[in-house]
Formats: sequence, structure tokens, C-alpha cells
Amino acid sequence: MEKNNKEDSQRRKFLKYGLFAGGAALAGLGIHKKLFADSIPESGQKVKVMTADGKLMEVDSNHMHHMAETVITNVQAREGIEGKKFVMVIDMARCANARKCVESCQKMHHRKPPVEWIKVKKMQDAPDSSPYWMAQPCFHCDNPPCTKVCPVDATFKRKDGVVLIDNDRCIGCRFCMAACPYNARVFNWGNDWGVASKAAQDSASAEGNTCANNSIESSMQDKMGTVSKCDFCVDMARQQKLPDCVTNCPNGTLFFGDANEDVVTNGEDTFRLSELIRDRGGYRYLEELGTEPRVYYLPAVERQFPFEEDKVIHNPVE
Amino acid sequence: MEQDAHPGFEYHNLLTEEEKKQHRQEMREVVLRPLRHTGIAGKLWIAFLVIVFLFGCYAYYLQLKNGLKVTAMRDYASWGLYISNFVFFVAISLVGALISSVLRLTNFSWYRPITRIAEIIAVSGIIFAGLIIIVDMGRPDRVLNLFTHGRIQSPIVWDVIIVSTYLVMSILFLYFPLLPAIAYCRDTLTEKPKWQRWIYKKLALGWTGSHTQWRLMKKSIAIICILIIPLAISIHTVTAWLFATTLRPGWDSTNFGPYFVAGAFQAGTACVIIAMFVFRKAYNLQKYITEVHFNQMGKLLVFLCLIYAYFNLNEYLVPAYKMRGAEGKLLNDLFTGHYAPLYWSVQVFGMALPAVLLLWKKARKPLPVAIIALAVVVAAWFKRYLIVTPIMLHPYTPIQNVPANWAVYFPTWIEIAIVSASLAGVLLIITVFSKFFPIVSIWETLENEGIELEEMDNPEK
Repeated sequence: MEKNNKEDSQRRKFLKYGLFAGGAALAGLGIHKKLFADSIPESGQKVKVMTADGKLMEVDSNHMHHMAETVITNVQAREGIEGKKFVMVIDMARCANARKCVESCQKMHHRKPPVEWIKVKKMQDAPDSSPYWMAQPCFHCDNPPCTKVCPVDATFKRKDGVVLIDNDRCIGCRFCMAACPYNARVFNWGNDWGVASKAAQDSASAEGNTCANNSIESSMQDKMGTVSKCDFCVDMARQQKLPDCVTNCPNGTLFFGDANEDVVTNGEDTFRLSELIRDRGGYRYLEELGTEPRVYYLPAVERQFPFEEDKVIHNPVE
Repeated sequence: MEQDAHPGFEYHNLLTEEEKKQHRQEMREVVLRPLRHTGIAGKLWIAFLVIVFLFGCYAYYLQLKNGLKVTAMRDYASWGLYISNFVFFVAISLVGALISSVLRLTNFSWYRPITRIAEIIAVSGIIFAGLIIIVDMGRPDRVLNLFTHGRIQSPIVWDVIIVSTYLVMSILFLYFPLLPAIAYCRDTLTEKPKWQRWIYKKLALGWTGSHTQWRLMKKSIAIICILIIPLAISIHTVTAWLFATTLRPGWDSTNFGPYFVAGAFQAGTACVIIAMFVFRKAYNLQKYITEVHFNQMGKLLVFLCLIYAYFNLNEYLVPAYKMRGAEGKLLNDLFTGHYAPLYWSVQVFGMALPAVLLLWKKARKPLPVAIIALAVVVAAWFKRYLIVTPIMLHPYTPIQNVPANWAVYFPTWIEIAIVSASLAGVLLIITVFSKFFPIVSIWETLENEGIELEEMDNPEK
């Protein structure tokens, strides 16, 4: 009984505070309207919205402000997502060079060929060993050669392990590109370099698989004369979504996850990261360089597909 | 040989005051003649340089408008002609320190008439090194970010600091010994337009030739003389570190700093020899820039070629002994593959052959030594190209699924035009300088012959 009472009072408290908050919000809206009524012209189209306290209201469509798309500030984008350590595992036994990771990445980030933030390369370790396909995103190294050399701190390492670029600060010296031993970085050599057509962008957005926030995290602000690259789709991670390269692979080759939780998933199968790389002989590309990549590879043994040469010439023209 | 090195030293000590004054007057006349008249050839030369420079400016305008896509650089060869040209300019700028400072501190004196040539090459080289690196930037409009957001951990910031310091030091090193000459121009070139005389007046800093002024000037030179040596070594070492701090096969070398410095001294010395030859002919300076100087510079070039060869052995032969992975592929491509013709031409004509040929005294006569020096400079320029481009195109990861033009690098006309403009710019600065100021230092040259201008300025002592 007593417990019920306590819960009841808490609920009341919540409602009371909620109403107070709602009232304050409305008052705030009023003040906002008074202050900015002149600055934003009304479109005449009214949109029905529900306030925090459950009231249905009509607001001019131009005065709408989507809370879900709230801009992540530069400071937040530089710090990273609290408590996370993003990691990727790429199971080369599953890769059949379908290149869906490349295409979906381009689609999501409104790019077009030949600009690839994730690449699929034919690798062969020794003349007599069997070739295999290797998807190469940015490895988000823990000892990143790229961020070390940046003269203006435009590219940086976050607490959650991700390496990002601030395209509003980059001076385009391309030292990071020279420093990256994996050639993960791409340059915007011209205006709208490698940017998809408006129609392609709209159709990608309509499907909903486009970058969510307008901060550095979405990597959609790249401008002429600056560097871009794979961003591990941390803007998607903020919404608890997997990167598009992971979800679009028909064979579940790519796994994304959090090293702190020790878990990776390709959307269907979920594994303990430590067990997966222990049991399957996981390794990191060019480990001897000491870059400490955050991407693990599972060697192409017991393959799901036999190796087939790629007959198509990809990206034949610029 | 020693007799050659100090021509007429004993003889001039026996000169009377009157004869000394005559010598001084004669030298002033000869050295100032190019300031008074510019012949048709000189005018054509300047016009040619201005046209090349302006054409490069137009090419840069196109690059600013359309972005770096107008160059042949792409994601794999992301550095190209601009960066190798930058390294070349930094390299030739080191010679100022070598000729004016190292030789001075080691008690040589034959170098004195050519210090100014070396210094102006240093100043113009370093100015265009700074400019060409801005040309290479994707966002030159954000160059101030280097100061507002600069990270001291980045070798580029080290380069910015050291290049600007070296530029200031080199300008001072050029300027202080020039003061008596500027004052003389101020006092005698009365036929010049008002603005030019105003410049002389301001730049002369009220030079009267008093004992205090002479002492201050010589003391300042002595200080800069020492300060500039670590600066000069740092500037090219840091430039080498732009490459050596990366993990790329071919750049990932602890030998890079001294290798670059050695190459820089060699290339710069060759530049000075060419400039000596041209100025001597064009300005009739045979009396002051003598065969002795060509002979000595030829010997110096042999010495520097041999040092550079030693560092080349370390840079190429030691890794070639191992032929490790990606670096092995790169070396194969340099020694016997795609780059072999260029690589061997550069090593033979720019280093091996000059070192051998200049051992003969006949080859150290003005014309042959100038031709050999020209080969050294051209080879030095292509050597920087070979240090940048092949390495970019031999990364660890294979280059696949890219358009054909991404897997190779050959500069576009825009890059060639801009780089030509920068070379023309360096020559333009040197030429224009020589039309405003004497290209041979009068007091330093005469002092070498036992005629102290300081004493002549202050006869009461």
C-alpha cells in the first residue's frame, strides 16, 4: 500500500513537473514567436503537432523545428559517444565481391563512383596462395598516423575510437593522405567532386538511408579542397543503427559493434568480439606498422564462395 | 693554388691611399653599371620572365576556380609536382648559408665576391617555396588556420615556423652587408626616379660609414653567420621529415634528413655557379668574379657530389640489398622499371659524372663548369620529382578499381605552367634585385684584396 502511494505521488510529481515544463515550453514558444515572428515568414501551411503534455497544436510549417535532427555540436562530435569503443570485423570467408558495401556507402553518403570510402580489393599474399577479396574501410587506427600529422587538428581521434574530419577546418594540405599507409582517405578535388546527382540523393533520402545529423559526424559537409573518408557511420550509431555497408552486404561479411560490450553483429548473426577473433584467427591489416587498426579481419578459410575473378572493370572513368 | 686564392693580396698591401681610392672607384663604376643601364637583352629577359609568371598566375586562377582537379593529382598520387618543386626551392635556398656562412667560419676568403649571389638565391628560393606550398593547398583561403588552430605536433607547423624564420634571417643576411652599397646608390644614382631614390634613402638607414656603423654591421653579420647554420640545416631536415614521418615505403627512412641536406648543398652550389656565369657575362664582372672562383666552386661541387653520393648509397643500396616487400617493388621500378631512364639519368648526369669530370682542371673553367652545374640543377629538380611521385604510386595496398588516370601521374599543363611561373619568379627576383643593388659586394671583395673600406670611410684614424 505504502509502495503504491509512493509511486502515486511520484507520478503526480512527474505530471506536475511535466505540466510546468510544458507551460514553460509554451511560454518559451510565445516569447520565441514574439522575438522571431518577423524573421521567419509564414508559409501558410499548418502542421498538427503534439506537445510534450499531450496537447494537439497547429504550427506553421516554417516554424517547425525537428528535435530529432538537432545538430550535434562540434564539441560533441569531437568527443564521441560516451562509453563506446566502435570496432569492425570483416569475415573474408563470406565475401564474394558483391560490392554492395561500396554501393550502399556511396548511396548513403550521396557519393557516386569513382569515389569509394570503402574499397573491395583482390588480395594475394604469396604467388602460390589463393587470392581473396578484402573490403577496406577506414581502419580508425588507435595510433593514427593521419591525425598525428594534421597541422590544424581538422582530423581527430575520438574517445569512442572513431577518426573523423572537420571539413570546415581542413586546409587541404593532404599530409594525412600521405601519412595513411592504407590509402583510406579521399580528396574532394573539385566542386561537388564525386557527389551524386540530386535525383540520386533524393531517392536515397526517400528510402531513409541517409545521414542523420548535420554535424561533422555525418561527413556530409565535405567541400572542395578538403579530405573525406569512411566515418564508421557514427551518426547512425547514435540512432542505434548499423552502418549501411554492414546491413547491405548480402553475405553478412561485415560486422559492426562495440569493443566495450565485446559484441559485434552483421544484423543477423551476433558474436562475442573476443571469441570471434580468437576462434577464427582474427588479425589486423599491416599489424607490423603499429597503427593499431580498429578493424579485424577473419582469414578467408572454409570459404562460402570460391574465388572468382572480377570480369567487370569498376570505375573505368572519372 | 694558394696564390690564386688571394689574387694580388700582397700587391694591394703596397698600394698608396690614392691607388686604393682608384680601385674602389673603378669597382663601383663597374658594379653599378647594370643599375644605370639595361640593355635590350636584359629587357627581353625580364619581359620573358614576366610573361611566364603572368601565364602561371592565370593557370593558378583556373586552379582556384575549379579546384585541384585541374591537376593530375588524384587520391593515390595525392602529392605531385608542387611538392617536389617545393622541396627543390627549399634545397637551393640552403646555399646562402653554405657560401656566406660555412665558408666564412672556416676562414676561406675566395667566396667573398659571390656571397650576395648566394644570398639572393636563398631569399628568392625560400619565398617561392612558401608560395608554392600555398598553391598546393586545397583551401588556400584557410591558410590562417595554421595560426588559429595550429598543432605544434605536426611537421607542417614546424616547417611553417622554420621557413619563416629562415626567410627573415636570410633577408637580414642579404641586407646588412648591402648597407654601404645602398648608401652609395643613394648618394650617386641621382638620375633615378624619385621613388627609387626614396627607397634607397629609407633602406640605407642613414648609413654614413662611421666606425660605429661598420662595427655594428660586422658584428650583426657575425651573429647571423652562426645562427643561420642550424636554421639552414633545420629547414631542410624538417622538409625531409614531411616525408620521413610517414609510414610509406621509400619515405620511411631515418637517412632522409642528412640525405636532403646533402642534396640541397649540392643543388644550391650548382645554382650559384650558373648565376656567377650569367652575371659575369651579362654585367662584365670578369675582374671580380674570376676563373679562380669557378675553379674553387668546381672543387666544392665535386666534394658535395661525393657527399651526396654517399647518402644516395645509404638511401638506395641498403634497402636494395634487402628488397623488402613494397619498398622492393618501388626500387625495382626505379632501377629497372618505369622510372629507370629518369632515375639513372639523374644519378649519372646529376651526381656521378659531375663528380668525375670536375676532377680535371680544364672542366673547372667558367663555361664547362657552368654547363656541368646546369646538368646538376636540372637533375636535382627531377630528383625531387623521383622522391615524391614514385613513392605515392607504390603504396602498401594495391591500387585497384580506379580510373586509368588515377594509377599514374603526369602533370597537367596547369601544373607545368604554375611551376614554370615559380621558377620564373625566382629568376625575376634575382634579376630585378641585380638591377636595383650591386650583385657583387664591393666592400667584401675589396677587403679580400687588402683594401679596407672602413678605414677609407674614416680616414682620420
